[in-house]
Amino acid sequence: MTALKLKPIFRLQWEPAQNAHVLLYPEGMVKLNQSAGEILKRCDGTRHIDTLIAELQEAFNAPDLGDEVRLFVAEAHRRGWLESQT
Amino acid sequence: MSDTSEIAPPLWLLAELTYRCPLHCAFCYNPVNYTDHSDELTTDEWFGVFRQARALGAAQLGFSGGEPLLRDDLEVLVGEARKLGFYTNLITSGVGLTEKRLGDMKAAGLDHIQLSFQDSTQELNDFLSSTRTFDLKQRVAASIKRHGFPMVLNCVLHRYNLPHVGKIIDMALAMGAEYLELANTQYYGWAHANRAQLMPTAEQLRDAEAVVERYRSEIGDRCKIYFVVPDYFEERPKRCMNGWGSVFLGVAPDGTALPCHTARSLPGLTFPNVKEASIQEIWYESDAFNRFRGFDWMKEPCRSCEEKVSDAGGCRCQAYLLTGDPANTDPVCARSPMHEKVINVVNQAALKRDPDAQPIMFRNDANSRSMSGRTATHKALARSDS
Repeated sequence: MTALKLKPIFRLQWEPAQNAHVLLYPEGMVKLNQSAGEILKRCDGTRHIDTLIAELQEAFNAPDLGDEVRLFVAEAHRRGWLESQT
Repeated sequence: MSDTSEIAPPLWLLAELTYRCPLHCAFCYNPVNYTDHSDELTTDEWFGVFRQARALGAAQLGFSGGEPLLRDDLEVLVGEARKLGFYTNLITSGVGLTEKRLGDMKAAGLDHIQLSFQDSTQELNDFLSSTRTFDLKQRVAASIKRHGFPMVLNCVLHRYNLPHVGKIIDMALAMGAEYLELANTQYYGWAHANRAQLMPTAEQLRDAEAVVERYRSEIGDRCKIYFVVPDYFEERPKRCMNGWGSVFLGVAPDGTALPCHTARSLPGLTFPNVKEASIQEIWYESDAFNRFRGFDWMKEPCRSCEEKVSDAGGCRCQAYLLTGDPANTDPVCARSPMHEKVINVVNQAALKRDPDAQPIMFRNDANSRSMSGRTATHKALARSDS
């Protein structure tokens, strides 16, 4: 299992004007909801998915985030946001 | 729309740094009379535009032109934009993109480079841009990848290069492009002047689209291929600029603020200039940016049409170029009473013609001055007065 990492073509940043995290890429932008933002900002190449889930569950004091996070990460892969898993 | 609280902020700032260009592409969307607007904003004036647009909420910044590399301060402008938090896009022909400039722009934080190609073959690339640049572009593409930039390859399509679309895709794959934009010519500016020459046949488009589909299924997510169908062949208009004054703010080399790349050609509108008004005033309060916002400006058949919400009435520039009034329904729409004009253009394209009957008009200063008829007449009158 490889660490989760955004592809370098994408940049994640907080946009005060939209009060949201956004994912920026060539000539485009996706506005993220809060959970998507919290997950993606941790996809920096230092964590595997299990570590990421544990960290979020602790940060938000919520024990059952595993399914939601796995579902979102699968969707992020499908949209080509994350480096391919090897 | 008079209540400014309903207006969303701009998201996409296009900085057209200069109309100067080493290429002379026959399909350029720049105004045909660009030589009438040769003033350029200074570095500090651009900084002011960036700061204000960013403060309003713009997140994407495109550096374009003309050829933006002809500005010596491009690296400084990129650095400032990146510091402000923009995602920075350089839209370039690649001419003048040296190793040194690539390195400096990487250091300045440039996020992405869009490199334009005219075709996969040297002959056609050089003919359509009226220069000898093909080998240079191949070298530049390799340098861009060496410096680790994400690269989008952009190729404008028309009747001359549509049959080569497979080779163009092969070339993009060989160069390691992340995205390939196969952008069928939109007929504004120089492309409109050369429309009879460039307009493809419906058959050419169908064949090209089939080739694109085949490649998409074969290459997976290695390279994302966009294929934008020219809207003359559609029954409904495109949602041009995502709606007038909705997300896009263009600033021309001389500081003129535009709600779309080609709005400058529209009659009856006075576009504000960043040297005279703040971006806040321009975006929210100027007559030009409010003129076609929302639905109140629409005529029939748009006014009572339920699809106005999805297509925003189509393209104002196309309405003007084909019907004479920018407030008319975009004639691409089959519901437009003037849709026939679009059909006629497409039908003309299917006829065999003598290719020498109308020579192609390359974008250059001499042609621009001769296209600028009004200015020429004014000058002639001034001379005869004195």
